[in-house]
Amino acid sequence: MQFKRLWTLFLARNREFLRDRAAFGWNFLFPFLIIGGFGLIFGGDRYAEYKVGVFPVETENVVPASLEIPEQFRRTQYIQFVGFKTAGEAFDKLKHYGIDFLIKAGPPPYPYWLNNTSPKGYIVEKIFRSSLLPPDLSLPARKNEISGRQIRYVDWFFPGILTMNMMFSALWGVGYVVVRYRKNGVLKRLKATPLTAFEYLSAQMLSRIFLLMFTLAVVWIGCDLIFSFHVEGSYVDLAVVFFVGSLSLTALGLVIASRGTSEEFATGLLNFIAWPMMFLSEVWFSIEGAPHWVKGFANIFPLTHLLKAVRKIMNDGAGLIDVGPELAVLALMTLTFLAIGAWLFSWNR
Amino acid sequence: MALLEVKNLVKKYGRTEAVRGVSFAIPQGTCFGLLGPNGAGKTTTIEVIEDIIAPTEGEILYKGRPRTDTFRAEVGILFQQTALLSFLTVHETLATFQNLYTKKADLQELIVMCHLQDFLNQYNDRISGGQRQRFMLALALVNKPELVFLDEPSTGLDPQARRNLWEIVQNIKAGGRTIVLTTHNMEEAQALCDEIAIMDYGRIIARGSPAELIKRHCGGVTVELPMTSFNPSLPPLSIPFQVVQDRIEMMTDDLNGFVAELVAKNVNLKDMAVRSPNLEDVFLTLTGRQLRE
Repeated sequence: MQFKRLWTLFLARNREFLRDRAAFGWNFLFPFLIIGGFGLIFGGDRYAEYKVGVFPVETENVVPASLEIPEQFRRTQYIQFVGFKTAGEAFDKLKHYGIDFLIKAGPPPYPYWLNNTSPKGYIVEKIFRSSLLPPDLSLPARKNEISGRQIRYVDWFFPGILTMNMMFSALWGVGYVVVRYRKNGVLKRLKATPLTAFEYLSAQMLSRIFLLMFTLAVVWIGCDLIFSFHVEGSYVDLAVVFFVGSLSLTALGLVIASRGTSEEFATGLLNFIAWPMMFLSEVWFSIEGAPHWVKGFANIFPLTHLLKAVRKIMNDGAGLIDVGPELAVLALMTLTFLAIGAWLFSWNR
Repeated sequence: MALLEVKNLVKKYGRTEAVRGVSFAIPQGTCFGLLGPNGAGKTTTIEVIEDIIAPTEGEILYKGRPRTDTFRAEVGILFQQTALLSFLTVHETLATFQNLYTKKADLQELIVMCHLQDFLNQYNDRISGGQRQRFMLALALVNKPELVFLDEPSTGLDPQARRNLWEIVQNIKAGGRTIVLTTHNMEEAQALCDEIAIMDYGRIIARGSPAELIKRHCGGVTVELPMTSFNPSLPPLSIPFQVVQDRIEMMTDDLNGFVAELVAKNVNLKDMAVRSPNLEDVFLTLTGRQLRE
């Protein structure tokens, strides 16, 4: 192996990435947009989980205090009330899941409607009916609150978006790009030189890791300026985890890149891997309570372990020893993916 | 001793035999041309020799020995179709590829020789066809190769760009390099090659210098006459002929005798054209005129 050849290809690939302004800009803009958008939606006071239609009301945007519906229900947090002039209009929205629950404004008894197949409708009905009971009829219960610093939704959500961005960048930036290079003959041209497959693949991998870390740093600083993220653990530990995570994700990209000349097939394969990984790795929502096999299946994805380790450090103040199992799994995955990628790799086919 | 020797080369793709037992040897410092119609097996043959694809059978010797890892460091290749790393300028691409080799050509000399000065700072995919072929040729020479493979180097170029490229190839040849050229441009082969092998259906069907091939397969001269010269109709002639569009073509070793025969048969010779045979005649004689694709 010659380090000079590896370095030459590393620089060439970096130049390619940095000069492709559209792709370069998008790599930074995308996580900003996602985090910014979700921060606004979930971070503000006006976030509503449920939508309740009320009729007859003259305007769509209603002031809850003006509605003639049970007061307790009207004061429930995370419910948005939407006004409808007629029942027909409201029924149509309820049928098509535009609203979760519908109530007719006026004196008791309060007629209400819900869609039997809507889980949210079921929950709102429970809230509604409990709001009709006088407080002295309730069984005694004692409220407790978690003490100490609370984890904001955006602090929980932010690592997910960062690692998801890393995952897409690693898989597409290596997997798709190398397949495209094989198809248009770039790999054939490189094969005609003394460059070895190991040197080429190492350069691709190192370049992508460098770019991932660079993008990560810029996005982190930018988002931190807007949202002031709180990191319980050490930044150095976080950097180590991100580095090991990007190694495993890039190595997975190399497996996809190892064969094939069809960009469409590569796209299909990338989607086939990326989408389940995105949903099951708890980027968007927790899979706590999902069937056992689903949770087990989620463990085959490097993103699951990367995200778990990042959240442990960022949200819970864990150290490298605490995330040792995740790091070990990521390292093992990296070695496995590299071995498979190297075994399958072809310059031409 | 031959610089490159190919013995009984066979390449099969499933049941299709693209190359069927090809053998030849190329002396150092010569330009060897591999000619043939589209699909004859030229590119497959050259790519097997270049070590881009593996042979099914046969032996390839470079400097008398099987090729080793150093082979790729000592050869330069201009592919028929290829792309390069994106978002790099012409100069950066040359420097990038040069860094992949231990032995290096003087980049400045190469730039001057291939006339790249005017577009050195343009991205490598933002240059014209002629510029691109000169640049690809320079890329094939960044490692001062002893053996240069040129696969259809002038395809798609206009006459000026083509002749410009030929001049550069002639300069490379004058520098003592050995060249393997595949082409279906007969003028190119005649202008550049010392020795030619004509391939068809995966086999070499003729071999020799351009002059030898012409002499062996197309002795004499070609006489062309428009059909309107034969009035009222084409008389019986002593030599075979073939009709090409609105003309007939005949080949003869005895031009004086044939002209006398035409005069005797009242053929109007006003629009008669006589030309010496060239490689195209050899090519068409050997491979036929039927369209292959």
